Amino acid sequence: MAPDPRPPLLTMSGITKSFPGVRALDGVDLEVAPGEVHCLLGQNGAGKSTLIKVLAGAHQPDGGRVVWNGEPVRLRSPSGAVRLGIATIHQELDLVEGLSVAENAYLGHEPATAGFVRARAARTATAALLERLGHPEIDPARRVGGLSAAQRQIVSMARALSHDVRLIVMDEPSAALDPDEVDNLFRIVADLTADGVAVLYISHRLEEIRRIGDRVTVLKDGRAVARGLPAATTPTREVVALMTGRDVPYAFPDRPDPHDRASGAEPVPEPVLTVRGLARHGEFEAFDLALRPGEIVGLAGLVGSGRSEILETVYGARRPTAGRVLVDGRPLRPGSVPAAVRAGIGLAPEERKAQGLLLLESVTRNVSVSSLGRFSRAGWIDRAAERAAARTATRELSLRPDHPEAPVRTLSGGNQQKAVLARWLLRGCRVLLLDEPTRGVDVGARAELYAVVRRLADEGLAVLLVSSEVPEVLGLADRVLVLREGRVVHEAPARDLDEHRVLDLVMEGSPAA
Amino acid sequence: MTLTTPADTPPREGRRPALGLRPDVRNLSLLGVLAALVLVGGLTRPAEFLAASNLQLVLTQASVIGVVTVGMTFVITGGGIDLSVGAVVALASVWATTLATQEFGFAGILFTAVVVGLGCGLVNGLLVAYGGVVPFIATLAMLASARGLALQITEGRTQIVTVPSVLDLGLPDSYVLGVPPLVLVFAAVTAAGWLLLNRTTFGRRTVAVGGNPEAARLAGIDVRRQRLLLHLLSGLCCGIAAFLLIVLSGSGQNTNGNLYELDAIAAAIIGGTLLSGGRGTIAGSVLGVLVFTTITNLFALNNLQSDVQQIAKGAIIVAAVLVQHRTARDPH
Repeated sequence: MAPDPRPPLLTMSGITKSFPGVRALDGVDLEVAPGEVHCLLGQNGAGKSTLIKVLAGAHQPDGGRVVWNGEPVRLRSPSGAVRLGIATIHQELDLVEGLSVAENAYLGHEPATAGFVRARAARTATAALLERLGHPEIDPARRVGGLSAAQRQIVSMARALSHDVRLIVMDEPSAALDPDEVDNLFRIVADLTADGVAVLYISHRLEEIRRIGDRVTVLKDGRAVARGLPAATTPTREVVALMTGRDVPYAFPDRPDPHDRASGAEPVPEPVLTVRGLARHGEFEAFDLALRPGEIVGLAGLVGSGRSEILETVYGARRPTAGRVLVDGRPLRPGSVPAAVRAGIGLAPEERKAQGLLLLESVTRNVSVSSLGRFSRAGWIDRAAERAAARTATRELSLRPDHPEAPVRTLSGGNQQKAVLARWLLRGCRVLLLDEPTRGVDVGARAELYAVVRRLADEGLAVLLVSSEVPEVLGLADRVLVLREGRVVHEAPARDLDEHRVLDLVMEGSPAA
Repeated sequence: MTLTTPADTPPREGRRPALGLRPDVRNLSLLGVLAALVLVGGLTRPAEFLAASNLQLVLTQASVIGVVTVGMTFVITGGGIDLSVGAVVALASVWATTLATQEFGFAGILFTAVVVGLGCGLVNGLLVAYGGVVPFIATLAMLASARGLALQITEGRTQIVTVPSVLDLGLPDSYVLGVPPLVLVFAAVTAAGWLLLNRTTFGRRTVAVGGNPEAARLAGIDVRRQRLLLHLLSGLCCGIAAFLLIVLSGSGQNTNGNLYELDAIAAAIIGGTLLSGGRGTIAGSVLGVLVFTTITNLFALNNLQSDVQQIAKGAIIVAAVLVQHRTARDPH
């Protein structure tokens, strides 16, 4: 494809954005031409989401320039971005379920006379937009709450088109869609670009990018490592190599040599956790696992591949539609967290603050909350024993600062994660489920967490690890299960896999190399 | 620890006094309000206000709503709300004073009041914890139906208590351990509530469930059971309060406990319990009750109408919550 002769619609250059402990964007450049489908690729944590939020006016960049239509602009707010003609369709659609399709499409800029909404005008205009999107069957007067995921996405696009947009940003638009709905999405994208609207398309699925993309920009570690690659012809291997080549090597602890065990020096221990045919309709199916003491098993897969759902179902936080979870050969009561905890399973959840921590409470109380029975007689807490035990656990993990009464919210991400781990260490759990253990944890603290997890495993803990960062799974786990769309597509010792191969598997799905 | 911002500085252990009572800004400011009210009373009506009999009256009046507020504090700390407390007090008070119940004497009245309270708490708790009804709606429904049932039982008449052992407890010169019996019960419930919230697994779980129900669930706490128990506790407190009210008034009426839900919620909130759950203080709630009761007393002594009194109450609630917001923003 020849260089585009038209002046670019959007040029972002040297965009930087830092969050406490993380440099999310480290000088990103991006150029989008009018009427093109520009694809943005990158692993989780590469900076895609942050870049989209900057473009949507939701985040203010720390540095860099944005040129729109030849003029330097500042995207101060979401409404400011929309006024310029940039609309964003977020992955979690931001629709109001209780309002109608038309009310959602014109939310915030309702056609009105003297403050009274001209509802019929909004409905008529929405009907025209839905027609243009190829979905005249959606009734503008219907409540959005009753629509399917695909229909909601259409409504989101109608909202975008209700403004005079020149650029539509679509964040993983196909993630929630069936194949024929994806075809319709692509038809809409083609129509839009024929009208001169540009589309910035974010997806993990390379085959989609081949089908509809014009050019590709690859992000890695907060930088654009390749700009304007031809979408149709760049080899997969090259794209994957661009996404994975790392500057920051992670320090992983050594894993024990499996030959020591196999050679009969020690008998192979019986599995502590056994999962048979576990399934949840629409999320994952036929998941089997035998996890032995001292072993770390990693689940690799994309968002939506069922990783976290599997962990939460094993833990009893979700009720399975089929299958069983056994600890020491004894089946657990399905869908019961207390039963799983009593059996010796612990979970460090994905959303540490929302699901893991009692943010108003001290470190001690966060650590002791799952083991209160151990420090109490007839419900009466022996607080000295509680404090001492919690402190032993946090010191074992070198949690900083070493203040048991410090509010847990004042801790750094890595130390908050240690507080969650200390909770299960104190409980004496034998199976630890780790969901994105290093999310929001800076690079230095990660190595420390990896060492802690490996040490706990060496002491006999069985660990099931989920991470969207492939190197983390490969570096920490002994054995890796690769998930795609709710199914295990490959299983191998971590040493027999590399990042390219895993990414091929999770994106293309075929186990053939 | 040389370079820390104030937000990073954890409270030093040495600052924590005996019994683990943290110096609480809100409680201190409420104590200040109470002191100011006493000062106003002492200046405007020195003879009447500071009389021992008047102070005894204030404490006695505070005990009924005080017991209800202790239960309410638990429910709110656990992330819920109980709008039915006033109606449940009314229902328990009339059920315990029917002619049939009074035949069983003192024990019959006390037992019935407590069981009716627990029964209402059980219904509330089952609806909230296992029926998936939001606490606001479940307890609002209980408010309406308990009040209606109370009217049905009494047919609008006041039920006079004729059991002497009950009436004796309410006499102004009745003392147990040198304290009026109602005040003694209030003090006992307060102490028990404080211990339960601060020293037991039940209290810890209440705070966890109110602060972050999802985290509590994933930490292995049975969140639904906890919510059921919290409503049972509130019902129990209503039953005790109903008995105190029977003793105090020598009767049972379907209009008893009117707007107790608002007084109890207001007292808990100005005391420093977070309406969103996750933090509660029994001491603060009791201070809140004492502030409100003292205001009522002051206004009565100064012959001011109850409308002015209501306005003053409203102003205090707003002021207390504004102070709370400010202190909540800077950690410790």
